[in-house]
Amino acid sequence: MSRTHAHIAGVGETRYARWGKIGVVTEYALAIQAIQNAVADAGLSIDDVDGLASFAEDRNEAVFVAAELGLPVLRFANMVWMPGGGGGCAAVANAAMAVETGQAEVVVVYRSLCQGQFFRFGTGGMDASAPVDPKPPTVQQAGSPMLASMGFALPYGLIMAAAAYALPTRRHMHLYGTTSAQLGSVAVTFREHASRNPRAVMGAKPMTLADHQASPMIADPHRLFDCCLESDGACAVVVTTRERARDLAKRPVEILASEQGAPKGYAFGHFTNANIADELYATGGTEALAKRLYAKAGLGPGDVDVAQIYDHFTGCVLMQLEDYGFCKRGEGGPFVESGALAWKGGSLPTNTHGGSLSEAYIHGLNHVVEGVRALRGESTSPVKDAEVCLVTSAACVPSSALLLGRR
Amino acid sequence: MSERFFPDSMPPPLANAITLPFWQAAAEHRLVVQRCTACGHTRLPPGPVCPECRSAEADWKELSGRGEIYTYTIVHRPIAAGQPLPTVIAIVALDDAGGVRMISNLVGVDPSEVAIGMPVEVVWEDMTAELAIPRFRVTEKPR
Repeated sequence: MSRTHAHIAGVGETRYARWGKIGVVTEYALAIQAIQNAVADAGLSIDDVDGLASFAEDRNEAVFVAAELGLPVLRFANMVWMPGGGGGCAAVANAAMAVETGQAEVVVVYRSLCQGQFFRFGTGGMDASAPVDPKPPTVQQAGSPMLASMGFALPYGLIMAAAAYALPTRRHMHLYGTTSAQLGSVAVTFREHASRNPRAVMGAKPMTLADHQASPMIADPHRLFDCCLESDGACAVVVTTRERARDLAKRPVEILASEQGAPKGYAFGHFTNANIADELYATGGTEALAKRLYAKAGLGPGDVDVAQIYDHFTGCVLMQLEDYGFCKRGEGGPFVESGALAWKGGSLPTNTHGGSLSEAYIHGLNHVVEGVRALRGESTSPVKDAEVCLVTSAACVPSSALLLGRR
Repeated sequence: MSERFFPDSMPPPLANAITLPFWQAAAEHRLVVQRCTACGHTRLPPGPVCPECRSAEADWKELSGRGEIYTYTIVHRPIAAGQPLPTVIAIVALDDAGGVRMISNLVGVDPSEVAIGMPVEVVWEDMTAELAIPRFRVTEKPR
């Protein structure tokens, strides 16, 4: 039996758009709108919300969101202390802990990202067209352990995510013979799922394997279509107690288990760490986390009916499939190439919304939203009688994951 | 004057008091890793305490500058003005370093010929008189 009783009662989002194309609206306003939509989906009022949670150095601080929305009281405000997209499921887990321990009763997890208003992640925050500083380069002060760690990556030009995650993927190809076409099959499969999803930014643009193979090389082995989108938009998830969730508008979805964290010595993962243990290097770094997650729920990979796997890059999907036990180590390539992830006829329909590769890049909180819809029977690529959904957050960095169950 | 491979616009190192000695040694064309004087564990980036035995005592071990390619990526998009493309970013497994690897660039090589396992050696790029960046080139020398 599961050890937790928190449930997800509502999900919602704003319109998703290509970076810079959301129109005249702030990232902050989108966060507010997504929260309102998720609360309405649950059949709750904003007056019921007494907690907020987010992750990845969210710019849209909970205390301001609470004031803006006029929450009668803010009892819980929490952010996961892990960089990047690894913390999405952890934010949901923290919300669950809050409601299970009586810190709050209705916690909304939110994520708003406007790459058009801030920097495009794809550039790593650098501007190659900026005028060159006339002063000669010198060692600069690192104000945090993160920056001191990045100090051993930046001088070599390692700042783009597409390059950082190419490193374990290249090694996976070397060790196991994984091919670019196998990576491409991940992108093509998720694009096919997006074709039925009206929210998907790339829903109207079909992709073939030939399209993938013809897409420009960004950071070998990553072609353009191996990389997730850069998006503007926001989404939110309402977490509350089982008792409260039972009487609300939608069928509640139980959080069967959650896990978060990183292996020994992992730091920020492949982004800055050249010294990840050899046995973990060509993996998502989430194998131990996956084992803990399954054990907590009393389930195994064979019990998962549908999965939403964080897809910042195609290779990271493949390595997570191995970590989570859907195939053996090194067999991710043939596994995805066999069509296993496809909604039509696949053994593990995955990213039924199209994922970050084809729906939108909202740091994977949209994967939690889709996990809930998959179990409610609301997905645009529905998996009949699905009872258990795995949701993962970014791998190859400190990560987190959820097992969700239909109730 | 040493050969230049990258423009001044490339991001400079960021360092704190603990990691700065690496860059001070680099300015003298010495490649070093931090070594725990209690248990001998070597590490990069340097840190305030040994993650194996938790001792705060450490010194610096100077390396030969040789190693092999552990993994790599060939980058086709610039992050800095005037950056030569494609840029090869490699993880180098360093010899005599207790298994320590470092991020660097592979220079003077046809990107299509880069392969995991290639033997490499350090080549110092003097960005200024006070700042040198360790990069690597393919070597034929016996290790």
